[in-house]
Order: sequence, then C-alpha cells, then structure tokens
Amino acid sequence: MAKMTLPFGPQHPVLPEPIHLSLTVEDEIVTQAIPALGYVHRGLEKLVDIRDFNQMVQIVERVCGICSKIHAMCYVQGLEELMKVDVPPRAKYLRVMWSELHRIHSHLLWLGLFADAFGMESLFMQCWRIREKIMDINEATTGARVIVSVNVVGGLRCDVDDTQTRWILSELDEVEREVRRLESTFVNDYTIKKRTCGIGVLSAEKALELGAAGPTLRGSGVAQDMRQLKYAAFDSIDFEPVTALDGDSYSRMKVRYYETLQSIDLVRQAIAKMPDGDIAVKVKGRPEGEILSRVEQPRGELFYYIKGNGTKYLDRVRIRTPTFANIPPLAAMLPGIELADVPIVVLSIDPCISCTER
Amino acid sequence: MPVSVIKDFIEKSRLKSPWLVHFDCGSCNGCDIEVLACLTPLYDVERFGILNIGNPKHADMLLVTGTVNHRNKKVLKNLYDQMPHPKVVLALGACGTSGGVFREAYNVVGGVDKVIPVDVYVPGCAVKPEAIIDGVVTALGRLAEKRAEASASAKE
Repeated sequence: MAKMTLPFGPQHPVLPEPIHLSLTVEDEIVTQAIPALGYVHRGLEKLVDIRDFNQMVQIVERVCGICSKIHAMCYVQGLEELMKVDVPPRAKYLRVMWSELHRIHSHLLWLGLFADAFGMESLFMQCWRIREKIMDINEATTGARVIVSVNVVGGLRCDVDDTQTRWILSELDEVEREVRRLESTFVNDYTIKKRTCGIGVLSAEKALELGAAGPTLRGSGVAQDMRQLKYAAFDSIDFEPVTALDGDSYSRMKVRYYETLQSIDLVRQAIAKMPDGDIAVKVKGRPEGEILSRVEQPRGELFYYIKGNGTKYLDRVRIRTPTFANIPPLAAMLPGIELADVPIVVLSIDPCISCTER
Repeated sequence: MPVSVIKDFIEKSRLKSPWLVHFDCGSCNGCDIEVLACLTPLYDVERFGILNIGNPKHADMLLVTGTVNHRNKKVLKNLYDQMPHPKVVLALGACGTSGGVFREAYNVVGGVDKVIPVDVYVPGCAVKPEAIIDGVVTALGRLAEKRAEASASAKE
C-alpha cells in the first residue's frame, strides 16, 4: 500500500491534553512521526516583567497542575541559593514529604490513564480510587487538592502537627496495601504484557543520545535521577533510583509502578527524620545574578534558569520540562510500530503538554 | 405510543441525564484532572446519569477548562457550533472564567466568554470536584429554560 499521512490529535480519546502528531503510515506500520505543539501555550515566562519574584511562585505553580508543588520547589530553591538564604531543616523535610506525595498521586493518575489506554477501565477506576487518599492528605494538610501552594521563598507557608503526621502514616499504610494488590495485575498480567512488552523500544544509548529524562530514561536501564543531587533533605534520606532494563513501554510502566511504592517509603522516611523547629525564615534583599536549579519531577528532570538584576522583578525565568526532553525520544520510538499501538507508546512517556508549552 | 409522549420522554431524560463534552483550552491540567476525578469512584457522577463523552454532536453541555489562546479559539468555536440546541457552556476554574493568573500573558485571549457565550461560571483554582458537580446541576436549570424557550418559539 502507498504511504499515507494520518493526524493523531490534537483531540484524541487517550490524551487529556492537546498534542498533534503527524504520522506517516505504510500498511498500518508507522514510518515517521512529526510532533506539533502550541495548543496550550500561555507565555507565562514573560510574566516576570509584571510580577515580582515572590508572586512568581504562584505563577510557576500553575505551569502544571499535576506537579505544581515540585515546580514551585525548583523555583524557590534556585532563588534561595541565589539570595543565600538558609532554609530551616524542618522545611526541607516537609518539602520532600509534599513533593513525594505529589509523585505518588501523579504516578497513580498515570497508571490509571495507561490502564485505560489498553482497555482496562476498572483498573483505571481502581488507581484513581487509591489516588483520592493522597488528594485527601493534600487537602487536609494544605487546604487544596491540586495546586497546594505551600512554598514561599525562604521556607513554607504551613506546617503539619503530630496528629496529622500520624494520620498521614496510617493513610499511607492503606495506600501501600492497595497499590501492592495491583502488582500482580500491572507486572504479571498476560494482556498487559501482550500490549506493552517490546512496544516502543528505546535503547540506553539512544535514550542518552536524545536526552531522555525521568522514567523514560530509567526504563532504558540508566540510573539517573535528579534526587541523587541531594537537594532539599535528600542528603539524609536513603534513596536508590528505580530502573528497568528493556526500554519498552512495559519497562517504563514498571519503573513508575515501583516508584510509587518507593515514594511511599520516602514520605515515611521524611516524616520519621523530620526535626522540630521553624518552617520559614524572613528573606531580605533582592535577587541578583543567575542560577540553575534542577529537581526530579514525576516525569523527569525539571530545570529552571533564573536571572535577577537586583530589583524585585527578575530578568528571566527559563523553564525546561521533562516532557520537552522526552518528545525527541518519542519520535524515535514510534517508527516501526503498528498504528494501534501508537496511543500506548505516546502515553508511555507520560506526556504533560501544559508543562511543555507553558 | 403517540409521538408526543415519546418526545416528552426524551425531553425529560435530556434534562435528567446530561451528556458532557470536556475541552482543555490551555489549562494547567489542574482542572482537567478534577473533571476526570468526578468520573472516578469517590465522586462517580455517572450514578446521577451525567455522562462524559468525546463527541460534541452527542453532547448537551460543554465543560471548558483553561484560558483561551490564539491557536485554540477557533477549535473551541468549532466545537461549540457542532453541538445541537439547546446547549449550555460551563467555564471551569479561574482561568476559564476570567483568564486567572495568566490574563496578562501575551498568548492569552482571556476567559471562555470572549469566544462563546457562557451560562455557568465555576470558580476555583483548581476547581474542586464538588464545585464541578454543583455547576453541572446549576446548568441543568439553564438547559430547562433554554428548552422551554425553544419549544415556545417553535409553537409561534
């Protein structure tokens, strides 16, 4: 059969967000994939001109609703380093706690969407049901479910007390029990293996060459995780990146599944090791100079470049998000697979378009 | 069964079981995942007969999240035009109602009402599932009004 070009997206049932892929197919086999972006671009980096550096915390939180806490953390950590602010240790542990809670809810959300992509609707419902416990923890500790807005430059806006940490630990026990019950399905189920094993393979060399990030990179066997940089309180928390070796959609799913369990453990460690004390210090002065800040988002490495000029308005904030890094690997994974597998491979990088386009 | 009885039955069911179509118009994902959370076991709006479908030609209500930008305003207008009458539009979240924190960004046109008429504004950043359900119930009243207007003008 002759070559044909098919549009995939911007509105597609498996995609909660608009991204367009122009797929060239020959007899149901994809030979080329060209992504097109720009449907949700807002231009929020330019808002530094009219919002001062404290107000920008709330703006960068709204880059992405799923990992809002982690965006704000990356931004304030950069500014704190630039302004030489010493954040109280308790704030660092609390930052780890909330960022890992965000990772759990993001991964459960993704596991659900992925289950829906290969047609397992009740598995989707199960993942989202478990996730609601994490949303309850967010709401009880910060007052909001999704955009928690706890970070300020110099520390945190709110604290948790002992009753709350005890309740969080008991809720996490329940979440862990429920997530472990899904292990036999996600890891061993025949249907899931049939749909994901060997689909969308990315070798370790190719992943490094194309600059993949996060679970997409770790699914190819490269143990690289920004949490190894020991930001916040990760210097005193035991942590080992989760990897899988095959580089296919199944490996990437396995990495995210085991990271969910690992993050539950990290929250427990953060709560156990958390010292008493203040949660914020008063910040004086204006940021001057430039700085790079990197943290691990649920989807991979998040990178902020911040440049201050000594006034309350910053010169530049540049945000590079993991999905942006993972789009070239996606374009390399797609050629050679069947058209029916395209939704699974696209979802396997966990695309977050609002992050990418900002 | 006479045709009028069947017609009445269909009209009644349309008011009791609204079908929704959800469009992400440049949102940060926060409101989108809350719309999805409405469908999942804790909130489970399907038990009220509220159904989320992908096709605008089957839908009674349009849920729009996020700010409108220059690239997708045509897509939004197109989606709205494809829906059959009577139809209602819900603007979800601070961005959908007014542009939110992004209202001054260069690629943002503003709230949803800059492009299509909006019937119900649901506030919140991100909008809570309870607020979305409340907004849909409020919109049912608007749908009934619009239906009555349509049948009154048809009789004239």
